[in-house]
Amino acid sequence: MSEQTVTRTLDLAERFPGAVTPDERPGYEGYLVQPGRLLEVTTALRDELGFDYLSSVTGVDYLPEGKMEVVYHLYQSVGGSALVLKAQIPRDDPRAPSLVPVFPGAELQEREAYDLLGIRFEGHPDLRRILMWEGFEGHPLRKDWREPYYEEDAKPFKSRWPEGHVWRAEDKNPFHKNVSYPAGFNPETWVPEGDAALYAALGKVEQRGASTTMKTDQVIVNLGPQHPSTHGVFRMVVTLDGETVVALKPVMGYLHRNHEKIGERNTYLQNMPFTDRLDYFCSMSNNFGYALAVEKLMGVKPPERCEYIRVIMAELTRIVNHLLAIGFLLNDLGAYFTPLIYAFEERELILDVFEAVSGSRMMCNYFRFGGVARDFPEGVLERVRDLVYERLPRKIDELDLYLTNNDIIRMRAEGVGVLRPEQAIALSAVGPVLRGSGVPYDVRRADPYSIYERFDFDVAVRYHGDVYDRYLIRLDEIRQSLRILQQAVRDIPDGPIQEGKPQYQVRVPAGEAYGRVEGPKGELGYYVISNGKPNPWRYHVRAPSFINLTTLEPMALGNKIADVVIILGSIDIVLGEVDR
Amino acid sequence: MSDELNSPQYDVPPEMQGQIAITTLDKIYNWSRRSSVWPMFFGLACCAIEMIATATSRFDIARFGMEVMRPSPRQTDLLLVSGTVTKKMIPQIVRLYNQMPEPKYVVAMGACASGGGPFKEGYNVVSGIDNYIPVDVYIPGCPPTPQALLHGLITLQKKIDKQTLKTARWYDKESEAAIPVPVFGPDIMDPRDYEAIKLHAQEKLQAELNIPSPEVEQG
Repeated sequence: MSEQTVTRTLDLAERFPGAVTPDERPGYEGYLVQPGRLLEVTTALRDELGFDYLSSVTGVDYLPEGKMEVVYHLYQSVGGSALVLKAQIPRDDPRAPSLVPVFPGAELQEREAYDLLGIRFEGHPDLRRILMWEGFEGHPLRKDWREPYYEEDAKPFKSRWPEGHVWRAEDKNPFHKNVSYPAGFNPETWVPEGDAALYAALGKVEQRGASTTMKTDQVIVNLGPQHPSTHGVFRMVVTLDGETVVALKPVMGYLHRNHEKIGERNTYLQNMPFTDRLDYFCSMSNNFGYALAVEKLMGVKPPERCEYIRVIMAELTRIVNHLLAIGFLLNDLGAYFTPLIYAFEERELILDVFEAVSGSRMMCNYFRFGGVARDFPEGVLERVRDLVYERLPRKIDELDLYLTNNDIIRMRAEGVGVLRPEQAIALSAVGPVLRGSGVPYDVRRADPYSIYERFDFDVAVRYHGDVYDRYLIRLDEIRQSLRILQQAVRDIPDGPIQEGKPQYQVRVPAGEAYGRVEGPKGELGYYVISNGKPNPWRYHVRAPSFINLTTLEPMALGNKIADVVIILGSIDIVLGEVDR
Repeated sequence: MSDELNSPQYDVPPEMQGQIAITTLDKIYNWSRRSSVWPMFFGLACCAIEMIATATSRFDIARFGMEVMRPSPRQTDLLLVSGTVTKKMIPQIVRLYNQMPEPKYVVAMGACASGGGPFKEGYNVVSGIDNYIPVDVYIPGCPPTPQALLHGLITLQKKIDKQTLKTARWYDKESEAAIPVPVFGPDIMDPRDYEAIKLHAQEKLQAELNIPSPEVEQG
């Protein structure tokens, strides 16, 4: 691989003279691109060099240098390692060209960078705030922006019990609440912006695609944020022509818990329990990705036994997630709660394993940098063995038998919400959504991490790209996970579970790292920048559910409103991860 | 059943025992209410998953008569605030609460709903749902286990048992006014606080005008 990278270096700097220079800061990789020529460079990369998959777009605020940086991670959809591009822009007027014309999958991510960092993407079709509401004061991820409960720039904070007197954050705030307002602000003359911009964005879409043969009124319908089928506090606004969807906009941020702002104040290890709460079905996989990113920066490698433990945990998590995804999808299809209860029965058994090893059912907080928190207690390995050899294969077959050939499921799901492979790649879809559309891209195979090369398993792929295939692929993946688990349980060696001594305060050299794993919902990436201090300078989560939502609109258009619910169910989103 | 309901002051003749019960209106009213609490089918975050787990076979919330979850607030008695309450979501939650018919109860499930939890310092996080709506039971945990949730619900049942028709707020002549729905401003604004916001923003402006402090930016 390294040879290829070298040739690529030469190619890129030579191919675009004056536009691309290697990033030579210590600990950094990739290239700096002139913002003005970004579109030209990325188009050529996509069409000539095969970097057709834009994984992550994010911004970094380099306050001391007075500049901002937009960071792009590009991949080839045939596999291989990342190409990192960066565009540096002045901090007082941050403008960058939008990549949506080249990679439509950048849409939501650019909106997020605009919302949280104030970077204006020129040429973006619909640049609005995405996580906060229109009218919110400031761009929270800027380093000089302070939240109402601001205490200090970095943890650990000073004592909240100085000289034996307890104080709470509420006591320091004039409203005794988590709010602050700009000077001279008058609430009585304030006019809230409301949803005008949102509906205007819908209107634009409507003129493009509406049929005009019959004079019918179009209706705008809001689904959510409180709706039983939106899997949490997700909201979508649809324009209906009769019952057919002609425009759709996802609205999110109702569970925006400020992971990244809190994460940049936290120390490295303090972020581990926060990653649990991103995708709260799969805390183990979330831990995995974050541990990989920081280990890359630290240059440590966990010992053999630990790697096996990690794989066992991540694959059990995948089974839990896919079982629930199937259960909730069936819920949306009208099989109210019964299949879900079957899925939860197996989940409880796996959660018992998690509880035994980590002490918590859902929020495991189990991984450490260079290891895991503790070894398996007695009897756990036997329990896992029993699950993966005996119980789970039988139960998966049972689910398969009851559901797969059910007439109602086939009629509702086949041919609905089709996503073509080239569309899936362009929209940066990941995980089962991408593989259900016929693209056999799995990070475990495409860019192997940990010890996945050792295991014998197939990358599950289905070719129709409809809701039914996205259901089937989850069953396939559970079976492949069981294969991996059977090998891991068989081969797991004895030995230490932590490289070096366990540390609360890790020393992380300056630099950047992007750690990614194939989480149950797709590629989960962590982009971490260290400046050598105990806290990360930038901590960004590339969340699969969030970016998969870009595919919702193209899949839903032209379908009936009742089908939109199952299309959303087949994407399998978790709001903790969508909104972070 | 009859044991639970019988008032000990009255002796039931032996031949009728087990067939009739003499009780007070309060008792039978509370008994029927607390045995059929309908929670709202409304999940916010991580805790919602444990709430669903509580409804499944291992824990079985139906033992307490609470398995009927309704997505419409107008058919529910209990608002289970299961997860982090964000500023973007709080107007919806207040609105849902206002739409619930009396008698209604609120359970703050988990650390976030009770006081902001691990995300308390976040700029978009409300530090406790009780800043806006009254809470009956707080359940600690992150997330609370299903057992903890069941314990919280049993606590709520005990609370219902102690209420009496005489002082119930929903039979008051002056029924409580709806809680004003917060407004999206530069930050979330509670209409009840408008005066204080105005006053404080003016003071802030004065302070800035009098002492033009240089914006010290920390790196």
